[in-house]
Amino acid sequence: MTNHWVDIRNANLILSMGGNSAEAHPVGFRWVTEAIEHNNAELITIDPRFTRTGAVAQDKAFIRTGTDIAFLGGLISFLIETDQIQHEYVLNYTDAALVVRADFGFEDGIFSGYDESARSYDKQSWMYEMGDDGFARRDESLQNPRCVYQLVREHYARYTPDMVSSITGIPVDTIDRIWRKIAATAVPDRTMTILYALGWTQHSIGSQIIRAAAMVQLLLGNMGLPGGGVNALRGHSNIQGLTDLGLLSQLLPGYMSLANAKEQDYAAYIDKRAKQPTVEGQISYWQHYEKFHVSLMKSWYGDAATEGNDWCYEWLPKLERPLYDVLDTFERMSKGELNGYFCQGFNPLASFPDRAKVTRALSSLKYLVVMDPLNTETSEFWKNYGEYNDVDPSQIDTEVFRLPTCCFAEDDGSIVNSARWLQWHWAAQPPPGEARPDTRIMGELFMKVRQLYLDEGGVFPDPIVNLTWDYRIPSEPKAEELAREFNGRALEDLTDEEGNVTRRANEQLPGFAELTADGKTAAGCWIFTGCWTEDGNLMARRDNSDPYGTGNTLGWAWAWPMNRRVLYNRASADVQGRPWGPNKAFIWWSSEQSRWIGADVPDFPVQSPPSRGQMPFIMQPEGVGHLFAAQSMVDGPFPEHYEPFESPVPQNLLHPGKERARNNPAARIFDGDRAALGRPEDFPHAATTYRLTEHFHYWTKHAELNAIVQPQQFVEIGEGLAADIGVVAGDWVKVISNRGFIKAVAVVTKRMRPMMIGDKQVHHVGIPLHWGFTGVAKKGYLVNALTPFVGDANTQTPEYKSFTVRVEKA
Amino acid sequence: MAINVTRRQFFKLGGAGLASSSLAMMGFAPEPAEASIRQFKLTHAKETRNTCTYCSVGCGILIYSNGDGARNVEQNVFHIEGDPDHPVSRGSLCPKGAGLLDFVHSKGRLEYPQIRAAGSDQWQRVTWDEALNRIARHIKDDRDANFVQRNSQGETVNHWTTTGFLAASGSSNEAGYITHKVVRNLGMVAFDNQARV
Repeated sequence: MTNHWVDIRNANLILSMGGNSAEAHPVGFRWVTEAIEHNNAELITIDPRFTRTGAVAQDKAFIRTGTDIAFLGGLISFLIETDQIQHEYVLNYTDAALVVRADFGFEDGIFSGYDESARSYDKQSWMYEMGDDGFARRDESLQNPRCVYQLVREHYARYTPDMVSSITGIPVDTIDRIWRKIAATAVPDRTMTILYALGWTQHSIGSQIIRAAAMVQLLLGNMGLPGGGVNALRGHSNIQGLTDLGLLSQLLPGYMSLANAKEQDYAAYIDKRAKQPTVEGQISYWQHYEKFHVSLMKSWYGDAATEGNDWCYEWLPKLERPLYDVLDTFERMSKGELNGYFCQGFNPLASFPDRAKVTRALSSLKYLVVMDPLNTETSEFWKNYGEYNDVDPSQIDTEVFRLPTCCFAEDDGSIVNSARWLQWHWAAQPPPGEARPDTRIMGELFMKVRQLYLDEGGVFPDPIVNLTWDYRIPSEPKAEELAREFNGRALEDLTDEEGNVTRRANEQLPGFAELTADGKTAAGCWIFTGCWTEDGNLMARRDNSDPYGTGNTLGWAWAWPMNRRVLYNRASADVQGRPWGPNKAFIWWSSEQSRWIGADVPDFPVQSPPSRGQMPFIMQPEGVGHLFAAQSMVDGPFPEHYEPFESPVPQNLLHPGKERARNNPAARIFDGDRAALGRPEDFPHAATTYRLTEHFHYWTKHAELNAIVQPQQFVEIGEGLAADIGVVAGDWVKVISNRGFIKAVAVVTKRMRPMMIGDKQVHHVGIPLHWGFTGVAKKGYLVNALTPFVGDANTQTPEYKSFTVRVEKA
Repeated sequence: MAINVTRRQFFKLGGAGLASSSLAMMGFAPEPAEASIRQFKLTHAKETRNTCTYCSVGCGILIYSNGDGARNVEQNVFHIEGDPDHPVSRGSLCPKGAGLLDFVHSKGRLEYPQIRAAGSDQWQRVTWDEALNRIARHIKDDRDANFVQRNSQGETVNHWTTTGFLAASGSSNEAGYITHKVVRNLGMVAFDNQARV
């Protein structure tokens, strides 16, 4: 979230799209109802289904799954053509005035630089035009046909209400009504917040849907303000933390990235990431990248990392493909290219698409290690459970290890909620039996591997035998020790320019501004620096006071970065540093104190006066929000609607007859998986998967209370579809995709409505995902038997929300 | 004299002994007086702060366990409820969180290390040492056999692609950090967590 849960109460309009917080985040959703009750706010939901979020909404629309960019693109065009944008904000805080290179273009659904054989773009032309001074050219009048504002306008002119309606299935009058309500937040003193979750991420165009939302919020001037923002509600309790800590194939902690194999030179690696300002005088905070990187290397390698050896740059693994994401890994695994695999609190048999392929892949491993508190399906993928898991153990040669771990009630540590709050927790009981904390398992396993390398030698032992491991009990690193390590400390006395000591050796650092690139500081995750300082563990704080009445409780826990609760909050003030409206006052320039003050920690150099002209988006080289994603996306600088890889609609209505623009042209799909896609004539129904309020993924079917309240697998179908296939509520149905099937009880409901797409009626099938073959609930089918093995072009997040099936009476 | 006694203050008063028990008779009972029986049951419990383990709202919870913290007394969790001081959740829990106790004590909890041998249809219980020794051996053998120091273009890559790792976004930052530190320094690149899906 750019903002946070309590801040939702400051919104004047709440757009819930790609999420269903009333059921998936019920307690957080109370701040939506708070805004409705006490801030006279309106809630609008846009969803394929009639959800419980929709049930309390003041306005709603039903959208065909996977068509959100069509709706948002049309909205962008509407805002521009009716001139309902926040002018001062757009001109100063976005890249609207920057001029784009003349060779950038878009034709027949494809951006310039496309290589069809590689299904990827050369992004060279997706860049601002640089002036002689080395900075991006600017046109204050916004009239230059190649300025970003005019390019946005041109790009979305095609998204007329009629076009949007024919793609999304939303009637034109509903579209018009909702767009008008959203446009009304373009005034400075009204904000809209956008709430989304996996309903936006799990598409082959997922990242671009979210980009489109960000563009809408920039045009309306809703970023950085209380009650505004683009808010990822997210899934697991610490999914934010593990993302922050970089546990993803291409990342290092704190959103730093691993080098690819071409980047053999350390200086060039740093240079590419230490982004210098492209607009004069801007902050471009990533220019400090080397300080964060060297501090990580000192944290990991201690004295072994020196300037002379490029801080052990050579030791870090280099990437030979863009991502070693899970789809890529299971593709390789299914071809026998992996020998070992570890699943730490992860259930891929249930969680990854095309379950048959996942079973094949796991069966080809030499060894599989599962660490989990629970008896997961993955740990027993080799065991026959009748038609719920129809395998022959004697034919599966994978050696499987199952290691019992603690659950939340049995370990100490911090987790990060979707509002970026690091909250500390304590163990309440010892684990059952011989179960152990993950920290101890990883510690002890590493000790054993290191010992083998010390005893026997082996291939490239350097990073293993030199890894800093100064925990008091090496096989049992404590949460406190690890938290202090990722916060970071001074390794030597730090001094200012005059030689005065500003920080003594071994002191915990109060913030990342003290990190240095000369090896004098260590920090395992720079964005977390400040969480455990000389003042102690700030993550454990519990002062819930709210002195400004904005819902900002700066003394509760600790939020990254630097305890800021609303990102880009400098944008909550105008160019002169004054709040946009008295009701939206949050951070402002105090000329008496010559600094920024207010309800939050300023996301800005606190003493940089408005007259200096530094802009609020401090992580961007231009200092402004990007309407034009110059280099950050792989599939285009502007979001474009493409159909899901499995769609009931045979063509992209924006590009009829243009086959290569039917689906996201930059999304990767492996040949075998393309062959496994279903055709609309065989699989005519649009399917989407989702979660129920009573269950959490595949965990709570192991908890008795949750199993009692939702014991049995079901699918939701509309009355029309039920009549078509001769099913009444309570009948068993078989849901079939081109990859597999599930059987479940049919819930026949008005919540699923047929839609007219062009001249064709499309039915949606709703598939809750919580059942499997272990646990105390009734046994059920893993729904990923159905889903396609294709992901978002940028993140490779699988397309679980939009695929096609056929429903039959079982 | 207006004295507002919250549930939690009343709870503490109750613990203070006989002198405070007359407060209730004087009419200073907390608002939901009916709930007091359950609160007294909690009087002798150990209260531990924690955070709900399910979704990413991060609701505060209070976990109550038996035992007074004395030596040799093993804590056993018997009650979990929302933390009323938490600024987001203010004491409430959703239908998922309300069942947390049954997650802690689930019949599906694993208690011992186990191995399923190739081709077998059953688990075999083993000691931690045996399990970790065998896993460490697998790691070293596979890494030594397949670690790539230089690729076919002669570039230094120092990576190991034949073993992969999925980390858990239900685990703590501290577990995540040490996992990253170990996995990356073994040279693994096929490394993800639930954020990928």
